[in-house]
Amino acid sequence: MTKNLTRRGVLKSGAVAGAGLAVPTIFTASSAAAYTNEPTGSSVTLGFNVPQTGPYAEEGLDELRAQELAVEHLNGMGDGGMMNTFSSKALKGNGILGKKVEFVTGDTQTKSDAARASAKSMIEKDGAVMINGGSSSGVAIAVQGLCQDAGVIFMAGLTHSNDTTGKDKKANGFRHFFNGYMSGAALAPVLSSAYGSDRNAYHLTADYTWGWTQQESIAAATEAMGWNTVNNVLTPLASTDFSSYITPVLNSGADVLVLNHYGGNMVNSLTNAIQFGLRDKVVNGKNFEIVVPLYSELMAAGAGKNVEGVIGSMNWNWQLTDEGTKAFVKSFGEKYGRPPSNSAHTCYVQTILYADACERAGTFNPCGVGEALEGFEFDGMGNGPTLYRAEDHQCFKDVLVMKGKENPSNEYDTLQILEVTPRAQVEYAPDHPMFAGGELGACNSGA
Amino acid sequence: MLGLEKKDFNLLMVVVALSLFAPLILNIFPKESAFAFFNGGYPDLMQRFAIFGIFAIGFNILFGLTGYLSFGHAAFLGVGSYAAVWMFKLLGYNVLPGLILSVVVAGLLSVVIGFVSLRRSGIYFSILTLAFAQMMYSIAYSDLFGRWLGITLTNGETGLQVYNNDPQILMGPDSSTVPHIFGLEMSSRLTLPVGPWEFVFPVGYYFCAIFLVISFYLSIRIFRSPFGLMLRAVKSNNQRMTYTGLNPRPYTLAAFIISGMYAGLAGGLLASMDPLAGAERMYWTESGAVVIMTVLGGVGTLIGPVLGAGTIKYMENIISKMNEKLLHEWFSFLPESLEKAMVWSASWFTGEGWHMTQGVVFMLVIIFLPGGLVQGSNKLFGRRKRKSTDDAATKQPAE
Repeated sequence: MTKNLTRRGVLKSGAVAGAGLAVPTIFTASSAAAYTNEPTGSSVTLGFNVPQTGPYAEEGLDELRAQELAVEHLNGMGDGGMMNTFSSKALKGNGILGKKVEFVTGDTQTKSDAARASAKSMIEKDGAVMINGGSSSGVAIAVQGLCQDAGVIFMAGLTHSNDTTGKDKKANGFRHFFNGYMSGAALAPVLSSAYGSDRNAYHLTADYTWGWTQQESIAAATEAMGWNTVNNVLTPLASTDFSSYITPVLNSGADVLVLNHYGGNMVNSLTNAIQFGLRDKVVNGKNFEIVVPLYSELMAAGAGKNVEGVIGSMNWNWQLTDEGTKAFVKSFGEKYGRPPSNSAHTCYVQTILYADACERAGTFNPCGVGEALEGFEFDGMGNGPTLYRAEDHQCFKDVLVMKGKENPSNEYDTLQILEVTPRAQVEYAPDHPMFAGGELGACNSGA
Repeated sequence: MLGLEKKDFNLLMVVVALSLFAPLILNIFPKESAFAFFNGGYPDLMQRFAIFGIFAIGFNILFGLTGYLSFGHAAFLGVGSYAAVWMFKLLGYNVLPGLILSVVVAGLLSVVIGFVSLRRSGIYFSILTLAFAQMMYSIAYSDLFGRWLGITLTNGETGLQVYNNDPQILMGPDSSTVPHIFGLEMSSRLTLPVGPWEFVFPVGYYFCAIFLVISFYLSIRIFRSPFGLMLRAVKSNNQRMTYTGLNPRPYTLAAFIISGMYAGLAGGLLASMDPLAGAERMYWTESGAVVIMTVLGGVGTLIGPVLGAGTIKYMENIISKMNEKLLHEWFSFLPESLEKAMVWSASWFTGEGWHMTQGVVFMLVIIFLPGGLVQGSNKLFGRRKRKSTDDAATKQPAE
């Protein structure tokens, strides 16, 4: 090692270091566009960020199918699906604001970090002006925060945590899907009439924002009906085997098991519970029951015979008979040969709602689009009359209570609609304690 | 110059030039061309190149010099991120306090983990570090400490983020609401359209690149110092070193702490670019990723880890985005049956199958170029494998 500090050497290295430090200061010029990724050409790019790997991959792939279908309909191809039954007639089937709709996809891997990385690359590299999709509340909240900072609209996909439009709500984020509180409000009366009002419930809960808030909601709603919550055990999201969590249930004196699990987690935990013979047990003189507060067709298909008689709730189901549902199921079925799941429905609707809001606002500017969505009342999208509430960007609509079919006729016919809970019963004030603590803030257009 | 020999100084200048011109090099394809997909020159990816470069350089100081294979370095990265985000929450969005704290916290944690783990060597050391890292992951994932204290410390699966109602005591009414360094926002950038090309020069990237160059310089100095020589002695024959009356523990512990602090810095930078810290970045697969980066680039070489980190991050972000629609477009010139076959086979290695590509590349490198990409480039440029000091990977222990 040589250590000869010469005057010349010091000067040279000083100059190099100075130049290095000066470099970033010339990059302060802000871009000329009025807002992030303002579409200037003949097309507009939407970003579809869904889990393609991990415990929620099945849901993600179905979301992607629905999003592709929505893009087709927006561009005037296919039969138009729900655009024909939608109460707003702003969309003309010539793209959005006359620009052809293109899309890019990303894999969230059901991980906040990966989801943000893929959303970032869609915004920074591909110029996406809106991010749609996702199948986990943890991811949805993380991506929602990113979109707020980046100045693009986030149309949340399947996210059921109270926090998404509660303490983590953001001005640029919008949620069509229902939430844990609504599930609790819809399920509790049905559960108490089906299983009686003096039950002891044991909760197994996925250990993240969705699990926590859903568990809180269900426990509160059932306790109000007279149930007792015996225990709540948190399970890691990455678990695949739940047998070690099931054994203690048997000795706890509980007679109802509430599985606050979703996707692959729920398939595995329900299967484990059935294998342990929980449903054949009689505890406290009552038949042991299992409840899955958040259902989906894909999970029901994955769990097969095990879902028979199990009660849960859903945002939407393809068996509904309104015009919007029929139109959507028809065009989805013709393209993919299967009925859409409720996550597919919500992503499809979100894409159409976004396009419609742009059309009505006359711009892609997130602030204009947000304004058009806030307080927007619409119908014909499969859920009956729906309101996008301005205070928290949450949609309010009817909730379905579902039950696993006893004798399914085919792999898609696994659930039956037990009750359609009217919107009035699941509404709550924006400052409800379960949703308090956050603020929307101001919309960010990235300018 | 700068206390470096000519050869090392040239290498440093190569890194400086690469960092400086990365936005040009990585955007080599015109914006509307068919190959534009392969451009990696968008801010997020370039920042990752620099940040994971720092992470791998630090890891190489431990693994490349002492031969101690740590399987738990992601823990330091994660802790660094959490520390930085906490500074954003408490003080404000200036990244400097966050970066300082992330290095300090990661350093302190590495003292604890290093002190215990370094009592063993070889596979036992690896397993110990892995166990510690997984423990840290579980603690962060379920926010164990936060629950004991009744507060939110890591915010579990959702990840720690900054809310509007956080204290942020150093923030004035018109302070920037994104991470910045004395007002210069990390997310601001200069977009320069040159003919069909479009070059993006992001502030955040250059901020990371400055740290990369400093880290690289420090790493050269460590490699060439008497301290570095002691670390190599540990690697080549720990027992003999002990017999000569030298205690290797302080040296290995120091190396462990230094590389832990590098990881902490990387974690802090990661949070500075994107103010959210998730537990996944502490998962063991992330610890494995840095091992792969280092080995792929060339263990014990100076520039290898940087190359390895770049290669892995490029594959992770570009190959994983090739979906079937894109493949169909690319192969559409083929007859239909052939196109389907090509798309089918290619889809195994693209999209969510990018791990497969990574695995194959890694295997090929390990089998044919045990010295990593650095050996590959040496072979390519016809340089004989020199017995130079930076080729520690190929040095045989003197048994």
